Amino acid sequence: MEESSTPMTEPQDSATFDAYTLSEIRRAAATGIYDIRGGGTKRKVPHFDDLLFLGASISRYPLEGYREGCTTNVTLGTRYAKKPLELSIPITIAGMSFGSLSGQAKESLGRGATIAGTTTTTGDGGMTEEERGHSKMLVYQYLPSRYGMNPDDLRRCDAIEIVVGQGAKPGGGGMLLGQKISDRVAEMRTLPKGIDQRSACRHPDWTGPDDLEIKILELREITGWEKPIYVKVGGTRPYYDTALAVKAGADVVVLDGMQGGTAATQEVFIEHVGLPILGCIRPAVEALQDLEMYREVQLVVSGGIRNGADVAKALALGADAVSIGTAALVALGDNHPKWDSEYREMGTRAGCYDDWHEGRDPAGISTQDPELARRLDPELAGRRLANYLKVMTLEAQTLARACGKSSVHNLEPEDLCALTLEAAAMARVPLAGTTWYPGKESF
Amino acid sequence: MTKGYDLSSGSLRELNANLQVSAENLSRQIPGTFGEWRVENPMGSHALAVGLSGPLLVDIEGSTGYYCGGMNKGASIHVRGSVGPGVAENMMSGRVFVDGDASQYAGATGHGGLLVIRGNASSRCGISMKGIDIVVGGSVGHMSAFMGQTGNLVVLGDAGDAFGDSLYEARLFVRGSVKSLGADCEEKEMRSEHKDFLKKLLEDSGFGDVEVSSFRRYGSARNLYNFDVDKVGNY
Repeated sequence: MEESSTPMTEPQDSATFDAYTLSEIRRAAATGIYDIRGGGTKRKVPHFDDLLFLGASISRYPLEGYREGCTTNVTLGTRYAKKPLELSIPITIAGMSFGSLSGQAKESLGRGATIAGTTTTTGDGGMTEEERGHSKMLVYQYLPSRYGMNPDDLRRCDAIEIVVGQGAKPGGGGMLLGQKISDRVAEMRTLPKGIDQRSACRHPDWTGPDDLEIKILELREITGWEKPIYVKVGGTRPYYDTALAVKAGADVVVLDGMQGGTAATQEVFIEHVGLPILGCIRPAVEALQDLEMYREVQLVVSGGIRNGADVAKALALGADAVSIGTAALVALGDNHPKWDSEYREMGTRAGCYDDWHEGRDPAGISTQDPELARRLDPELAGRRLANYLKVMTLEAQTLARACGKSSVHNLEPEDLCALTLEAAAMARVPLAGTTWYPGKESF
Repeated sequence: MTKGYDLSSGSLRELNANLQVSAENLSRQIPGTFGEWRVENPMGSHALAVGLSGPLLVDIEGSTGYYCGGMNKGASIHVRGSVGPGVAENMMSGRVFVDGDASQYAGATGHGGLLVIRGNASSRCGISMKGIDIVVGGSVGHMSAFMGQTGNLVVLGDAGDAFGDSLYEARLFVRGSVKSLGADCEEKEMRSEHKDFLKKLLEDSGFGDVEVSSFRRYGSARNLYNFDVDKVGNY
């Protein structure tokens, strides 16, 4: 007689309560603390990968690679500044603080940017000599905390970036935890060593666009109207924020999507606040066009820029330049597989390490530990960054030539199509094979 | 040598440029530099006498708008009137003296120097102060000395709500009442060294006749210096 058996169904994972979610619930239950990490959103959001270039065809002819020129230079700060910045490439290095990064990392960023002919940017915590000394063009961030802010550094920078927000945490401040507060960091920030240092979420002496206009006036008066003044906002209401920044007198608007990294903030903030950069660019361009300021006020976009295709697509949608942060750190050596065993000792692995706030980065980048920081050779790391910037630029030129453009800034939305409805709606370019995108009146 | 400038017939840019050059030249001890400037008809202008880096004396004959004396480094600026928001913001050194009242954020993020306000100061006076000394002859509004890192705020009148909220190491002295203390701010013992310090600061500020024993001292309880989940209700 045959043995009777009841067929069993396979164990099924929950899409809602997936393995990561379960681990996070267990972690929260064990610790009573929300998770803090660095970086930008890790969830999949509509991005530049959802766009494609159409390339040349009968109606458009391409330019010859390696033979016909395709310019990449861009000037930032043409509206009011007496000394606008002339960049060789449309890729800049985003603001990252000394404190969250080691002095060696800041120096590396300056070296790489200078070789590539572009700017690097300070961050919360003030300007270091390593960075100023090795950066031909340095943007000085003017942040709510005003840590290390002083008129001498304001005058020796090449542009000023008023930071209203950033893509990883629009509406949020920051916290540099005590373990990263070395003597030098503490001195620069005028706070005791070893205590958590709060970076305020809003500026202490202005509120709203009318005040911002006066603040910009003050900064221009202090610096003799020489420096371009950028206003950086996190991607939330890009049309209105861009319009208000222009109204307040900005030379450059920097728009950072939710893929943009932070040194440290709550996971819930990173993953649930703000817009993907793809959804920010067209509204910002529209605001500039409505105010007849397109190309007079330059637009720099950031958040998840990884390669020349991303650069080219951002420019095609209307940006004048892009900015990179996370990718620049990876180019320096962040999350490199050679440190995998050390990452694993910390409960993570190469490619996933994001506890930058803990200051134990084996790559010597997001740390203040002198032993770890010494692992990063600024000359070598700067060279790597310069190589990476060069590759991205060459890639963007390749795509621009394929679209028949003699400048990467001649790329336009008409060169693009979208692979998904979401991307079509956000980028306002047609769904592949159609002439339609959501929001456009007729099919 | 004193040089006059009438803002009713001049421009803010020209005035600030002149003041900045004079201050810079004084710091380099270049002979023939005007050491004193008198500004007439300020008409509430914003960003007046900002970014001065040198021992210049500036006398402003009237009231000003936002950020008067912003980022001052070494100059002595006397406003014979009232000032708008952010007077002496981020001052590094020097003195800013205001005969009248001050609006919000007086002395915000100041790293050094002395700010004296003879009248009252509105909310957030001394916000995020980083070493500046601020003496207010009257009262200060709510959230004053918020996140004050270091330096001294002296209030001869009363302090509003949430005084010293989220304070770091700034020292606060109040002669009158405090409507309420902010998170992690507490009253501290007024020891002799504090009285000696306060007496000197009051003398430097033109309040030498004020009795220091009538003041109370406030500072950080230092309970919120490092994040502790069991204390989140205190923020």
